Amino acid sequence: MKYLTEFRDAGAARRLLAEITARATRCWTLMEVCGGQTHTIVRNGLDELLAGSVEMIHGPGCPVCVTPLEQIDKALSIAEREEVIFTSFGDMLRVPGSASDLQQVRARGGDVRVVYSPLDALAIARQNPDHEVVFFAVGFETTAPANAMAVWRARELGIRNFSVLVSHVTVPPALTAILGAPDNRVQGILAAGHVCAVMGWEEYEPIAATHRVPIVVTGFEPVDILQGIALAVAQLERGEHRVENQYARSVRRAGTPMARARVAEVFEVADRAWRGLGELPRSGLRLRDAFAAFDAEQRFGVATLHVSESAACRAGDVLTGRIRPTQCEAFGATCTPERPLGAPMVSAEGACAAYYGLARHRRQEPSGGVP
Amino acid sequence: MTPRAPTILQCPVPLDDADRVLLGHGSGGRLSAQLLARHFLPQFDNPALAALGDASVIATPAAELAVSTDSFVVHPVEFPGGNIGTLAVNGTLNDVAMMGARPICLTAGFVLEEGLSFAVLDRVIAEMARAALAAGVAIVAGDTKVVGRGQADGLYINTTGLGAVDPAFRPAPSRTQAGDAILISGPVARHGMAIMAAREGLALESAITSDTACLLPLVDALRPLGSAVHALRDPTRGGVASALNEIAAASRVEVEIVEGAVPVPGDVAAACEVLGLDPLFVANEGVMVVFVADNASDSALQIMRAHPLGAAAARIGRVLDAHPGMVAMRTALGSTRIVDLLPGDQLPRIC
Repeated sequence: MKYLTEFRDAGAARRLLAEITARATRCWTLMEVCGGQTHTIVRNGLDELLAGSVEMIHGPGCPVCVTPLEQIDKALSIAEREEVIFTSFGDMLRVPGSASDLQQVRARGGDVRVVYSPLDALAIARQNPDHEVVFFAVGFETTAPANAMAVWRARELGIRNFSVLVSHVTVPPALTAILGAPDNRVQGILAAGHVCAVMGWEEYEPIAATHRVPIVVTGFEPVDILQGIALAVAQLERGEHRVENQYARSVRRAGTPMARARVAEVFEVADRAWRGLGELPRSGLRLRDAFAAFDAEQRFGVATLHVSESAACRAGDVLTGRIRPTQCEAFGATCTPERPLGAPMVSAEGACAAYYGLARHRRQEPSGGVP
Repeated sequence: MTPRAPTILQCPVPLDDADRVLLGHGSGGRLSAQLLARHFLPQFDNPALAALGDASVIATPAAELAVSTDSFVVHPVEFPGGNIGTLAVNGTLNDVAMMGARPICLTAGFVLEEGLSFAVLDRVIAEMARAALAAGVAIVAGDTKVVGRGQADGLYINTTGLGAVDPAFRPAPSRTQAGDAILISGPVARHGMAIMAAREGLALESAITSDTACLLPLVDALRPLGSAVHALRDPTRGGVASALNEIAAASRVEVEIVEGAVPVPGDVAAACEVLGLDPLFVANEGVMVVFVADNASDSALQIMRAHPLGAAAARIGRVLDAHPGMVAMRTALGSTRIVDLLPGDQLPRIC
């Protein structure tokens, strides 16, 4: 457990908390990109402990949360087919589509299986040559290399009964959209360490320069997050806006070139719709023509399916930091983890679920506070 | 012309040495009798069962009885540290023991899937017999049914336990009160992770074994503390977090636990970390949570630590009255967070 315990050390965390509160001459508004970071913040009550010095806005970096309803409905429609074994990461199973979710499809007889890796899905395809095996390839740049690898391997091995339903998004276009919005309040960014482990941070440099915000590549443990915040606050206090790397034990400036190359070989940049953010140009990935044979949307004829999002769910405002989850009318009332209206209430990484599960006792006592 | 008896009898004689359970074993005929005589009765030997009546008659040593029933459906049926039979006996005995009762007897009902190998069934029965003997409890009534292939997952077992209530020692969830200390008898999450590792074929550095154990001796050791022990709970499905939530709801108190105080074995913690699971929500089969009056908590801890089942017993928190029904965790940094019930299964996270 080396590289974990020292980044969960309470003494180190307390020293950083003291350093941040001493350093901040005003309350700064930072956004952590990744849902895993959101959970660390809420689990450890870091937002509560930083009240008055730093307000954390929870960003759009939960792959489950930003996957649009339309993609979920496509997944359900494919998973219902008799010849299909539908494979997915676990937390996609509860995400509601328009009328159902993958768990219900499974209960009605669909073969839906949780896998830990797309390569496991590929193995299932080899073991079941008379079935169509589909993997739900969601996620940011973090999961893209493994998903690219599975498709690439499928082509190498000539596995024809394997395909992927791609819903890949990328971080920089979402940050550009959030920072460029007229009502943007975000003054600094904690970038997602694992995304940058793959991609590096070169592409964040123009964003920091254009929007004049510090961006700190940050890890996922409490001490990581607090170091990231401390670096961002120090820059803000000095009036700087650079990209810095807190997560030096995993991230290099150029990322992991081999992983980037495989992603670039299999996928190409494409326009993508985001739950809550709408259609963003060049904000996602799709399979290149050379791998089109592995595209589940084409194979099962669902590419033209179009669905609009629930009106009561304010996922978009939550994901862009306009409101806290607890400020949504539906939070805890018509929207709970048992009956989620929107994806942020579903995923373990979703901001709404994090608040509901870990901090709803704070509803009456908001800290920081969005106007 | 007089009829002649055939000289050679050509009728096929049914096989009676199948190595697997056949539908015929559930017919109520000769094969059913054979199933009992060859596989169950020799292992579960006791006078009440041997009488083979429609019901067993037992003497009751107490005015009040504790009754608990539980069905076991684990996959895989055999796992490191035990099998479904070990769970079926220990699980129900533990439920009776959590009420402070002294077990009197068990019953066992089996649903067998056609095609189940007798080698597996025999190992399951042997484990049940061993666990029951170790606890000094007889299986006095039973039933078997056979369902077609594909209609069950190997075998399912239901056990019911009967216990004599001890008037001087009757912990109950509703007796928990503000000021109580909360103790745990040992490290958590071993059973759930052992099952998950076996199910997923995870290649871990060390094989995680289930903690399945009969907690009766540990409960007996605490018995002298009498009414100072307010509630006992074995945190099985849903783990410690769910058990604490049930108690908090039952007695309208707030339960506060301290981050890091709940012991988790290193290999289990590492496996949880890799799979993105929280050990507080992972099942246990040989651990109990003890709610005890604060002034008796040191004694309770000493008593448990003196017993092999409680060698790693620890103090994990306390009972408050601020937020009735809520379980809170005090983090190492001094903040608090809710430890809530999960909406369903704990789902592995994407990243």
